Amino acid sequence: MSGIQDALEAALRHRRDADELLLIADETAAAHLRWAGDALTTNGSVRSRRVTAAAVRDGAAGVHVGLVGHGGALGDALPGLVRAAERAARDAPPAADATRLPEPWRTPSWAEPPGGTSVDAFGDVLPGLADAFAAAGQRRLYGYTEHRVVTTYLAASTGARLRHAQSTGLFDLSVRDGDDSAWAGVTAPDLTGLDVPALAAELSATLARPGRRVELPPGRYEVLLTPNCVADLMLHLYLAAGARGALDGRTAFSRPDGRLPLGERLTALPLTLRSDPDHPLLPCAPFTVSRGTDDLTAVVDNGLPLRPTRWIDEGVLTALVQTRHTAEQTGAPLTPMVDNLVLEGGPDAPTLPEMVRSTRRGLLLTSLWYLRDVDPASLLLTGLTRDGVRLVEDGEIVGTVHNFRFNESPLSLLARATEAGRPVPALPREWGDYFTRMVMPPLRVPDFLMSAVSPAT
Amino acid sequence: MPDEIDDSFLALPLARLADAALSRARQRGARYAALRVQRVRSGRTVVHDGALRASEEETETGLAVRVLHRGAWGFAATPELTPEAAVRACDDALALARACADVGGAPVALAPEPAYPGATWRSPYRINPFEVPESERVELLSHWCAGLQAHESVAHVLARATAAQENTYYADLDGTRVTQQRVRVHPQVLAVGRRPRDGGVQTLRTVGPPVARGWEYLHGEGWDWAGELAELPALLAEKTQAPAVRPGRYDLVIDPSQLWLTIHESVGHATEYDRALGHEMSYAGGTFATPDAAGRLRYGSALMSVDADRSAPHGLATVGFDDEGVAAQSWPLIEAGVLVGFQHDRGSAARAGLPRSAGCAYAESYRHTPMARMPNVSLRPAVDGPDTAALIAGVTDGFYLAGSDSWSIDMRRRQFQFTAQRWHRIRNGRLAGQVSGAAYQAETTAFWSALCGLGGEGTWLLSGADMCGKGQPVQAAAASHGCPSAVFRGIDVVDTGGRDG
Repeated sequence: MSGIQDALEAALRHRRDADELLLIADETAAAHLRWAGDALTTNGSVRSRRVTAAAVRDGAAGVHVGLVGHGGALGDALPGLVRAAERAARDAPPAADATRLPEPWRTPSWAEPPGGTSVDAFGDVLPGLADAFAAAGQRRLYGYTEHRVVTTYLAASTGARLRHAQSTGLFDLSVRDGDDSAWAGVTAPDLTGLDVPALAAELSATLARPGRRVELPPGRYEVLLTPNCVADLMLHLYLAAGARGALDGRTAFSRPDGRLPLGERLTALPLTLRSDPDHPLLPCAPFTVSRGTDDLTAVVDNGLPLRPTRWIDEGVLTALVQTRHTAEQTGAPLTPMVDNLVLEGGPDAPTLPEMVRSTRRGLLLTSLWYLRDVDPASLLLTGLTRDGVRLVEDGEIVGTVHNFRFNESPLSLLARATEAGRPVPALPREWGDYFTRMVMPPLRVPDFLMSAVSPAT
Repeated sequence: MPDEIDDSFLALPLARLADAALSRARQRGARYAALRVQRVRSGRTVVHDGALRASEEETETGLAVRVLHRGAWGFAATPELTPEAAVRACDDALALARACADVGGAPVALAPEPAYPGATWRSPYRINPFEVPESERVELLSHWCAGLQAHESVAHVLARATAAQENTYYADLDGTRVTQQRVRVHPQVLAVGRRPRDGGVQTLRTVGPPVARGWEYLHGEGWDWAGELAELPALLAEKTQAPAVRPGRYDLVIDPSQLWLTIHESVGHATEYDRALGHEMSYAGGTFATPDAAGRLRYGSALMSVDADRSAPHGLATVGFDDEGVAAQSWPLIEAGVLVGFQHDRGSAARAGLPRSAGCAYAESYRHTPMARMPNVSLRPAVDGPDTAALIAGVTDGFYLAGSDSWSIDMRRRQFQFTAQRWHRIRNGRLAGQVSGAAYQAETTAFWSALCGLGGEGTWLLSGADMCGKGQPVQAAAASHGCPSAVFRGIDVVDTGGRDG
């Protein structure tokens, strides 16, 4: 057996009593480094392999699905995996959403081998870190970098043969100086050219900026949310935007009469939230990959081709994340989840520095943390500011404020936002391990509610 | 046999892999080297309104080699279980250690641990959840759904059961060879109701905790599922009609089904020594407890005594040995309100000048580096203490709250906010209906200093978290937290509905 493709082809031939059989293989190579207080603390070079088998079986009462995963060496594991999936499909009652697999198609790259990576992918990052540590002086550096290549092969008895290789680099850096801190996160397919000393110096300059420490009470403030903050908030919105959850009556997109709120205006700003597998900065898988049915995806939808999708079009909700089952139930277009997300306003949007300059008094929030659902029915989240709340007065950053806790809903924030700036690549800080392909604008919200002061520095 | 490790795991070439990797590491002069073979089996069954929504199962197996070489760590993992792959992983780990040693920083040292050749340990359970036919699992969850849906207050029911089995083989240069097997399950049922006044959604979830037991747990061994499910519809009906909370400062009687999570976040994570050293500063965060705080930091009132252990029966972090070959232990973290200890792995114990690690290293899978993870962390009950009803009777103006829900805490483990499944008003020592939208906010040491009443052993419950994330790459771990019902005086209660959030 030479490659993973041959192993999958052979495994498909082990199908016995399933009407359809689907196999997803993920070949992953990753390398990571972590540092704290100017010393490396953790590192690793990790290879892994995972094959998920779904057996689909027609029955009198509906379609039965058996889903079994295998992580590890292939050896002779795949025939057993296929048998286990077929057994599960025989044993299971029909699944509520199950249907036959989608129309098959092929990606031209099917025959290509998996991508790889190693510690070499860090290029100048290691010597750059050594230089940054040496130049840190009294400041302390904390952070993490990772390079990961996941190659996904999807093969089905229907004839589908799909391959996608996703290369993800992440570089996360905090600089601390006494009670003050600043954070930057960078994500890119390739980290080799990253200038670590320059990034560290840029963050250090933020800390060195003259200014006062300001104590402010809880209450409503005008805030400027950086693109990274907006990324965290919009990701929560995206992950809550499944038609499944809406129909179940559990989410902020549920309506008492059971309809979907498509066509409702969410914001007066001409904001568009969209996904596009062919986005030039954020390429991602052009087909659905679901290793388990949840609120956003269905196993039987594996291999669906993905297209550019507008979730919010110039302020109006136009689509929720659909499976074939929910699209059929609601009569809405089939708009499956796509692994990237863009939020943008109109042309000529100002940059974040321009938005700072046009602020009379407000708070610049540079990073959010520990966002958790408080009330899924309104998408109310709680969370905290982190690593840099700056006070802006008369167009200038004049000081640093302590952190705050807030209770806010991304939907309510969109509705109340008065200005969106120029979108740039952004990293949701809390989800850097999961969803990194985002382009987000800075947002101005005139009445952001700070619920309590956090003494954490 | 109840104490045996699965044959299918023992059939892996464990000793040959260890010999291959460790002899290579010894040859190359590694100070410490360990080979770990880990197999993790996980399963999930989801039933919505009696219909199967999702069901899946996965088994993941691989090996990892971790070395300490020239004062730096190196780690490599591979799914291939051959001696050649083990040697390659060892070489990769050594190369990483050399590259990192060149960057500089203080050399890593490890606290010593005796060798345990040929040790085995298995968590107690009767029915392996992975041997229960899927039809039986779905039938039980569907039965739970049907029972609830018979009630008018219940619009929808989501019933879910997850299960995990972990097998670990650990071998190191000192001669330790440990084989372990753990099983845990977590059933959850979410009932969805509608508010009569506006048609809005209100949900109520079971509080039965995740535990290190087998499928027998779902049949009532260790938790009265039938009893809890029977009470759910009426409690949900009351919740859908609950008025918004009036914000203010109140006395809170907190049920162990919620308090465990506050202990997890404000004590468990805050007493991790790697956080005190700053190792999590860029991600999970630090702690207000400084490395020198043991014996000096007043954490809470004199009623507060908290123990760490790796031995609580059916505890999620209960284990024979950790992933650095350290035998399970129990030790106090807080005595009568004063911080007395931290959680240590071998590296942090050496940094703190301690003679021995507390055994807190854990890796989610073979793909993950062992890191400092929480043991079971539990609050002691009052000896001959009162029951929950007596604690409620002692409060004139407050709330009794139960069932964990939303949680969030800042990056020094100080300012936090928690909600609960149920907030019952207490007026003059009696329960007086539920309120909605409530959350409590406090600062960790102020909160624990406000602890003014503890329930007795009869109120003590071992709950826990089975999906706690930490580290980069982020890893999930499970830990249990036992506690009695407890009373906290004068805690800020906010209305998250937005009027005073």
